[in-house]
Amino acid sequence: MTTTWARPADSPSPDAAVTTYREALREAHREALRRDPRVFLMGEDVARYGGSFAVSLGLAEEFGEERVRDTPLSESAFTGAGIGAALRGMRPIVEIMTVNFSLLALDQILNNAATLLHMSGGQLAVPLVIRMTTGGGRQLAAQHSHSLEGWYAHIPGLRVLAPATLEDARGMLWPALEDPDPVLIFEHGSLYPLKGTLPDPPPEVDIAHAAIRRAGGDVTLVAYGGGLGKTVAAADLLAAEGIEAEVVDLRVLRPLDEATLLDSLAKTHRAVVVDEAWRSGSLAAEVSARLSEKGFYDLDAPVERVCGAEVPLPYAAHLEQAALPQPEGIAAAARRTVHGDG
Amino acid sequence: MTALAHDREALLAAGAPALLRQMIRVRRFEEKCVELYSATKIRGFLHLCIGEEAVAVGVISSLAPGDAVVSTYREHGHALARGVPMASVMAEMFGKATGCSHGRGGSMHLFDAERRFYGGNAIVGGGMPPSVGMALADQMNGRSDVTACIFGEGAMAEGAWHESANLAALWELPVLFVCENNRYAMGTALAREHAETDLTARAASYGMVAWSADGMDVLAVQEAAQRATALVRGGGGPCFLELRTYRFRAHSMYDPDRYRDKAEVERWRASDPIPRLTSDLLAQEALAESEVATWEAEIEQEIAAAVQAAEAAPLEPVEDLTRFVTSEGPPR
Repeated sequence: MTTTWARPADSPSPDAAVTTYREALREAHREALRRDPRVFLMGEDVARYGGSFAVSLGLAEEFGEERVRDTPLSESAFTGAGIGAALRGMRPIVEIMTVNFSLLALDQILNNAATLLHMSGGQLAVPLVIRMTTGGGRQLAAQHSHSLEGWYAHIPGLRVLAPATLEDARGMLWPALEDPDPVLIFEHGSLYPLKGTLPDPPPEVDIAHAAIRRAGGDVTLVAYGGGLGKTVAAADLLAAEGIEAEVVDLRVLRPLDEATLLDSLAKTHRAVVVDEAWRSGSLAAEVSARLSEKGFYDLDAPVERVCGAEVPLPYAAHLEQAALPQPEGIAAAARRTVHGDG
Repeated sequence: MTALAHDREALLAAGAPALLRQMIRVRRFEEKCVELYSATKIRGFLHLCIGEEAVAVGVISSLAPGDAVVSTYREHGHALARGVPMASVMAEMFGKATGCSHGRGGSMHLFDAERRFYGGNAIVGGGMPPSVGMALADQMNGRSDVTACIFGEGAMAEGAWHESANLAALWELPVLFVCENNRYAMGTALAREHAETDLTARAASYGMVAWSADGMDVLAVQEAAQRATALVRGGGGPCFLELRTYRFRAHSMYDPDRYRDKAEVERWRASDPIPRLTSDLLAQEALAESEVATWEAEIEQEIAAAVQAAEAAPLEPVEDLTRFVTSEGPPR
């Protein structure tokens, strides 16, 4: 996949260098490992192999296999080990290959990482970063393709991030490591080859706010992660018809930045929420509910949702694509909110 | 059960009177908890370690102040032996603001960061992976601290055990795995849940040193724990200690205890670690009856003061309900 939809907010500076999402993540790791001796990375194949998605390629050679550490296929143990190491003063980054596999570590993430601070009456903070891939579109079938980040966004005590741009891929890791509490970073699998430019030095990124990726006054399109590119593409389709869509990139799935969402709604009076995850009980449901609860009097049309079909993701390309939100479907939902039809 | 075979000098050298006092303290504390539970002052699940005090006191007395203890939901004894103040444990039972977990944890979730006491984990096997990580951090930083991870034999059927044992042995981490084998995982007997009931053989298969000891004899526990701790601290990688013990009471206050016959419980009561050590100390004249009476009075007073303080303590304000979900103050 070589889409280059990501457009920096400002025109590239003379120092801007062409890079990829994958390289931006790698550079973020390199920076973190250099800046803080407490930081280390562990996960399956992160050292010798260079990471299942080549994010950590070369880091073991540069920083040694103590700090870039291969683990057995034991999601529960190495995620829990990250919790223990964090409790003991380290700043671990745990890489889990896909969100589907993270379910093997869910006990540690929910019952320990997210819970220890509260259960201990504030004594045990867990400054841990867990990264994993999410999402479909690569014909990997049902056990490597799901979008379960919404489940994690359900859990108090966690911060949940979804970098959709090179800037966020480059900039979210360091503030995540500075957060005293557990942070989960979801990298959509189709984004790794994404190309673009990053200014040098890279811009600072905050991990508290949503971002407006495109300004517009007619309808708010809310998306995140792998859905952002398709949503920007939908906004292009709409612009050609004279509908100016504002694209809000959630970026932070928990805690949700309600203010940015409501401000945009107050401007456009219409909203479409895009989410690759299943509609039932999704993050899209949460965003939609909040817009209705707190922005009801700003709404000129019902909030629309464009979500993944309620099926385990199939392997065959045409079936998989049919199961995922696509630009045309997003544009159609936006038209319904503007014109009352598709 | 065979009588203890220690002479007076050996008993005194091992600090046996102090160990006995600590075991009595844990026993009386839990007996008071039963009373308070019946009086509905304490609620929730309450898992008692009555009968298992030798494990708590023997293992924890073998650790240094810098070592870590990771425990289970049956952890009152571990917490008290580790030095968590009784008043803060009792207040936590009452769900009060002065409890060690500010009323958020209760009986199953006692924590004391200052004393490196890490719970209080009510997911069976849930404390194992974090204990591996604490040991990893110690190893990476060149510290000589040991992480003692305590669990019941039921936890050895969990995936977390196998994953943690493998990781700790693979990375030669300073973890002391302490299996409190009281023969019942809730109500299921060892042989009804484990294909291989030789727990040390199973642990040894991961490439770690594994020993068994009589968990009803605090001195045997202490000796085994001291050897194991020295091995782990010396860089010998993880070590596994099976302590064969028994709980005289049911799994929890809700458990009608129908899965074992009374005769079996009575047989085990004959090896109660407290009278056993008491009679040995008295026989060897390493202790006088009057000293025991003095301890009992002191402990009764300590417990009464803890209960009184807990009764009088304020409730955590409801306005603070959402405190401690995320950290307060500036990032560290």
